[in-house]
Amino acid sequence: MQALPSVNLENPHARRARAGAWLLIAPLVIWLGLFVVAPLGILVAYSLASTGELGQVEFALNFDNYVRVFDPIYLKIFGRSIAYAALTTVLCLVIGYPVAWYIARQRPVVRNRLLLLVMIPFWTSFLIRTYAWIAILRSEGLLNATLSASGAIPAIFPEPLALLYTPTAVVIGLVYAYLPFMILPIYGSAEKLDHALVEAAHDLGAGPLRVFREVIIPLTRPGIAAGMLLVFVPAIGMFAITDLMGGARVSMIGNVIHNQFTKALNYPFGAALGVVFTLLFVLSYALLQWRGRRRDRG
Amino acid sequence: MITIRNVTRRFGDFVAVNDVSLEVKAGEFITLLGPSGCGKTTLLRMLSGFESPDSGEIWIEGRDVTRLAPYRRNVNQVFQSYALFPHMTVRENIAFGLRMQKVPADEMRRRVAEAMDLVALGGYEDRLPHQLSGGQRQRVALARAIVPRPAVLLLDEPLSALDAKLRHQMQVELKRLQKRLGMTFVFVTHDQEEALTMSDRIAVFNRGRLEQLGPATEIYHRPGTAFVADFLGDANLLEAEWLAAEGDNVRVRLRGGLEIAVARAAWPGAATRAVVSVRPEKVCIAREPVAGAENGFQATITEEIFQGALDRLVVRTDAGTTFSVVVANESAMMEAFHEGERVWCGLHIDDLVVVPAA
Ligand SMILES: Nc1ncnc2c1ncn2[C@@H]1O[C@H](COP(=O)(O)OP(=O)(O)O)[C@@H](O)[C@H]1O
Ligand SMILES: [Mg+2]
Repeated sequence: MQALPSVNLENPHARRARAGAWLLIAPLVIWLGLFVVAPLGILVAYSLASTGELGQVEFALNFDNYVRVFDPIYLKIFGRSIAYAALTTVLCLVIGYPVAWYIARQRPVVRNRLLLLVMIPFWTSFLIRTYAWIAILRSEGLLNATLSASGAIPAIFPEPLALLYTPTAVVIGLVYAYLPFMILPIYGSAEKLDHALVEAAHDLGAGPLRVFREVIIPLTRPGIAAGMLLVFVPAIGMFAITDLMGGARVSMIGNVIHNQFTKALNYPFGAALGVVFTLLFVLSYALLQWRGRRRDRG
Repeated sequence: MITIRNVTRRFGDFVAVNDVSLEVKAGEFITLLGPSGCGKTTLLRMLSGFESPDSGEIWIEGRDVTRLAPYRRNVNQVFQSYALFPHMTVRENIAFGLRMQKVPADEMRRRVAEAMDLVALGGYEDRLPHQLSGGQRQRVALARAIVPRPAVLLLDEPLSALDAKLRHQMQVELKRLQKRLGMTFVFVTHDQEEALTMSDRIAVFNRGRLEQLGPATEIYHRPGTAFVADFLGDANLLEAEWLAAEGDNVRVRLRGGLEIAVARAAWPGAATRAVVSVRPEKVCIAREPVAGAENGFQATITEEIFQGALDRLVVRTDAGTTFSVVVANESAMMEAFHEGERVWCGLHIDDLVVVPAA
C-alpha cells in the first residue's frame, strides 16, 4: 500500500473552512445571545433579588420569590391559565380544522381569497378588535340589542345576557384572537395532502369517518401540532384580553406578571413568576417531543 | 359484468365523455385506449364512483351503481400515482381494504401474505412507501387493490411512471396475474403498444367518444376509422377518389395521383371519397415486379432511416404518391435498399383498409 501524504489538520484550507463556518452561524449566535440568553439571564438575576423598603431592587441571592410563587393563590391562577388556554386551543381546533380543510379543497383562486379573509383581521390593531368585541358583548351592546330586537330577550332569556367580564367573554376573546394561528398551519398540511390518498381510502371501502381518522388526521398531524402550540403558548400568557374582557374577576398568569411589573412594581417577584412560567413551557414541550419520538420509534 | 349505457359527462361546456355505451364481460381484460385528454380517466372514475355521469347508467354485477358512493362499490382502483398511504407500512397498506371489510385477523394475515407473494414483495412488509423503488410501489398498489377481491379492478395508466424495461416486464406480469385471478380488469392507457400486448379487447376513444371496440388484432388490422388506423401503429392514410367499379374491386385514385384497386366490399357505401389506410409493413418492396400483388408500381426511395431491427423508407411513386415503408433489416445475404434507388412496390388488396373520409 502506498503511504498517504501526511495530512496536516491545521493546514490553511481547514482553518479557513472552519472560520467560514463560524461566520455562517455568527448571526444566529448573536441573535440567540441578544434576544434569548441575555433577557433570560436578566430575568433569572432579577428573580433571585429582593425588594427593599422603598421598592428598590436589591441584588442579594435569595429564593423567597420562588417560595411565594407556590402560594396557593398563584398556583390557582396558574391552573386557571392552563385551563383557559387549553379550552381556547380545543375550541380553535374544532372551529379551525374544518375551515382550514375547506379552504385547502378550493380552487387556487378561491383558496387565496379565503386565506386573505383569514388574515384581514391582522390589518387592524389587536386592541381595536378587542374593543369591538366589548362593544358586541356589553349588556347594552350589539348582541343584546339584536336579541332584544328579535324578541328573544323577553321570550327565551328573561334579561340581557351578562357576557362581558365573565370567563366566557375571555374565552371568546382568546379564540377570536388566536383562530388564524390554528387555521394557517393546518391549512398548510391539508393543502399538501394528496387528494388521491383520500380517494384511495374511499376506494378500499372506508366511509367518510374512517378516512378522516385513518388518513386525513395522521397526515395533517404536523399542522395540528403546530397550530396547537401556536395557540396554546401565547394564549396562556395573554393579559390584554383578560384585562379588557375579563375585568378584575378573571385574571390569568399573564395579568399577574403584568401587574407585578406595572402596578405592584415588584420586579423580582414578577421575574420569578416569569421564570417558573418559562420552565413550565420548556418542560411540557420536552415531554411532548419525547413522547412524540417514542411513538415514532415504537 | 359491467354495463355502461349512454354515459355522458360534461365539465362546463366541455364534453369529456360523450354518449358512451360499453359492455365488459366477466374475467375480461379490457383496455380503454386513446390520446391524453380523450376522457379515459373520467370514464374510469365513473366506474369507481369518484365522478357521476350527467346522463346514462352504469351497472356492475347486475346492480345499478350510477349514484353509489365509491366505498360501497365492489371495485378497486390502482391509481396512476399509486396513492400509497405514506404513514403506513407495506403490510398496513395492503391490509387496509380487508380492515375496512372487518376481515378476521388470521384470515387477514393469510390473505395479505398471499397477495405479497403474488406480487413478489416478500421481505418488504415493514418498509414505508418512501423506502421503495417505483416498481415496488407499483406492486404494493396492485396488491392493495386485489386483496379485497373486487369484482372489477380498475387501472389508470399504472405503468406510465416506470422505465421502458420494467414497463414491459410488468405488462407481462399483469396479464399473467389477471388470467390467474380470473378477475375483470379495466385498464386505461394512451400507449397503443401496451394495449395491443395485454388486452382481450380494446376500446379506442377519441374526444370523449368510443371510436371502436374489438379484439386487439381486429382493431389493428381492421380499423373502422382513420383515427383508429392512425392511432394504433403507423398508417399511410391516403385520401382516395372513386374512379370506377371493376368487378369485385373499385379503381381509386390516391392523393398524389397513384391509381390502385381496393375491394368493393371495403368501400363505405355510396361515398365518392374515402381514405385508404396502408400499414408501412404491408408494402412489399423489391428489385423486380412483386408477384401476387394486385397493385404493383415503380417508385424511388427518397429517404432511409435506420431504426435498429427495422429500416424505415419513404418511397415516392412515379405517379407522385408517397408512402412510408418498413422493411426488416435483414441478414448480410440480402442487399439493403438505399436512398435514390429505383424499386418495385406491391400492395395486396386484402392489406388495404378503407375508412370513411373525415
Ligand atoms: N374535474 C374536472 N374539471 C374540468 N375539466 C376536467 C375535469 N376532469 C377532467 N377534465 C377534462 O376532461 C378531459 C378528459 O380528461 P381525462 O378523463 O382525464 O382524460 P384522459 O384520462 O383520457 O387523459 C380533459 O380535457 C380534462 O381537462
Ligand atoms: Mg388520464
